[in-house]
Amino acid sequence: METRAKKVKEQSVKTSVTISGAEAVIKCLLAEGVDLLYGYPGGAIMPVYDELFKYQDKLHHVLTRHEQGATHSAQGYARATGKVGVAMATSGPGATNLITGIADAQIDSTPMVCITGQVAEHLLGTDAFQETDIIGISTPVTKWNYQITKASEIPEVFAKAFYIARSGRPGPVLIDITKNAQFEQFEFSYEPCTSVRSYKPVPTMDIEAVKSAAALINSAKKPLVVWGQGVILGEAEEEFKAVVEKAGLPSAWTILGASALPTSHTLNVGMVGMHGNYGPNRLTNECDLLIAIGMRFDDRVTGDLNRYAKQAKVIHFEIDPAEVDKNVKTDVAVLGNAKETLAALLPFIEEKEHSAWLQEFRDHDAIEFDKVIKNDLYPTKEGLTMGEVMREINAASEGNAIIVSDVGQHQMIACRYADFKQTKSNITSGGLGTMGFALPAAIGAKMGMPEREVVAVIGDGGYQMTIQELGTILQTKTAVKIVVLNNDYLGMVRQWQQLFFDKRYASTTMVNPDFVTIAKGYSVEAKRVTKREDLADAVKEMMESKDAYFLEVCVEKEDNVFPMIPTGSSVSDIRLS
Amino acid sequence: MSKKQTYTISIYTENNIGVLNRISAIFQRRHINIESVNVSKSEIKSVSRITLLVRITEDQMKKILGQLEKQIEVIKAFYHVDEDTIYQESCLFKLSSDLLTENDEIQRIINSSKSRVININKDFFVLEKSGTKEEVEELYHLLDKHGIMQFVRSGRIAVTKEEMPVSELLESIKE
Repeated sequence: METRAKKVKEQSVKTSVTISGAEAVIKCLLAEGVDLLYGYPGGAIMPVYDELFKYQDKLHHVLTRHEQGATHSAQGYARATGKVGVAMATSGPGATNLITGIADAQIDSTPMVCITGQVAEHLLGTDAFQETDIIGISTPVTKWNYQITKASEIPEVFAKAFYIARSGRPGPVLIDITKNAQFEQFEFSYEPCTSVRSYKPVPTMDIEAVKSAAALINSAKKPLVVWGQGVILGEAEEEFKAVVEKAGLPSAWTILGASALPTSHTLNVGMVGMHGNYGPNRLTNECDLLIAIGMRFDDRVTGDLNRYAKQAKVIHFEIDPAEVDKNVKTDVAVLGNAKETLAALLPFIEEKEHSAWLQEFRDHDAIEFDKVIKNDLYPTKEGLTMGEVMREINAASEGNAIIVSDVGQHQMIACRYADFKQTKSNITSGGLGTMGFALPAAIGAKMGMPEREVVAVIGDGGYQMTIQELGTILQTKTAVKIVVLNNDYLGMVRQWQQLFFDKRYASTTMVNPDFVTIAKGYSVEAKRVTKREDLADAVKEMMESKDAYFLEVCVEKEDNVFPMIPTGSSVSDIRLS
Repeated sequence: MSKKQTYTISIYTENNIGVLNRISAIFQRRHINIESVNVSKSEIKSVSRITLLVRITEDQMKKILGQLEKQIEVIKAFYHVDEDTIYQESCLFKLSSDLLTENDEIQRIINSSKSRVININKDFFVLEKSGTKEEVEELYHLLDKHGIMQFVRSGRIAVTKEEMPVSELLESIKE
């Protein structure tokens, strides 16, 4: 009877043109192809949740255990699928709890739409219960935001929000809806947004700039590509591969660019930046042409700008005009979507092999292997290393897993050593460096790509920042694999204290709980490994599990991550110990 | 490091709530003080024009222009140095009416400064002056010794000598 009543009700909604603002929100989400969203209910958003209840067969809402978890899950979903992630919360504290995730999505260009409830229009500015100026608070960390006070605004604003979030350089959009607008009845119709007159998502490509870039590439003796997430966001992996292969370009990646080109590709010369590889960092200052593609010369990538690639000509392929000449002056800027610009570039570049130049990277690799990698991946000392855990994860996943890392030492190790065969496989908080990102992001990634293996690699510090999302895993039975690399320290800060603050370990020692017991309390199968001989089997068991699985690996307490470019140093000054 | 200079920034935006906040946040985040601000309608229907005055280097200015234009509701932004604009500020002085009757110098100041009396009653009169910031400052200096009851100056407004092709831009977007 109940289902029948529900059916009748739905049909009547379909045929009726007049609906509530709250129902319109659901219809807008469905019209935008959303079938999954993350959130947490509360007073000011209750009318929308009431409609969600009615539409639960079409639109799956995941109740996270904290609003921050909702944003990170939406981010993980977006990064794994390329689709817009959606998070929802109530007004006041619900809305402010979204801010970290929104700021993270803004700096890492992640398409996300956040919906917040707001007190009724007549209460705005009265310091009403759970009222906060979320538009004011979110302005600097959103691509766009808007406060809806009338139901009739809902369709147009939602259409615009999704268009803005996903187009051009993607980013987060926040829609704040007053409670009266959720209740208000109005005539609903929906049209997707295809343009906003004051917004040009993708700049027009200048073919002359493409030709100039090609000329520089063709005449370069020592070209180096540094690519970023723009290749992934632009879905330009194929075009990118075709370009680097044709011109024989050694190519290095930023942390967010990882996985756009397989790790094992002969032209993939590793990661740039503070804890990147020795070769691409050192040789940045020896190349004669630096080709930046979909990256933004973050300070963690460049080190001291006054000593960064000064000898080289610079080409910048970029979708966001504000990034050109922001940190590094370019000789040629090619504006546009990487998919389009790289495809346009391909016919103009000559087939080349830069064997001798590529050999220089190999030579540097050999040095790095001897001084760092060997000891990370194949340690002979007693304590377990984070590197060998990654080696076992690679072996068990055969390089097909999505690796979601948190922030800190383990993140650098995960990104350095993960073996990526497919794109969209490295999900991490790059720009903002948000501890607590990984566990909820992994939930989103797994829900977005259920057929892929998702492994969250987290430190003992960051894990406890969003550990409550184990509750979301329990409730949704999401089969994420959680690896906590536990050194009982806030490892990266401790490393800096050791190197730059004379080992004054201020507030970096962690007295940790029994993580295995906690996981079991959430009905997640769990194991702790303390000895090398147990590691391979434990990782294998975790990967073979059909359900969520928690693995704690107790690693050497005071290991450091190398190579390292200390803050303010040049990429040439990269340290191996 | 290039030298700091005064830039007049003209920003054409949608007339929406919060746009000014979004724009001022760009300056605040970079620790840059906005010297003056004026928001008005523009020559294009439903398009607002924000005029800002800042003292920064050209390098900073170029980067900020990129950030301004990146905002969804900003249609187009321009920056100009003083020589490339024709600009004015407006100010009001509230002064005691006694000055008009008891002080000859006040009459001379009013005449020579090309300011005008826009309101008068038995207690006070209001003097209005439009001009450059320097002209306004000079008048302030002259009147100050006689006692100013109230003073207010508007933000700079400016038109540019060169064309700012915003209408064409809007047309091309529509197509």
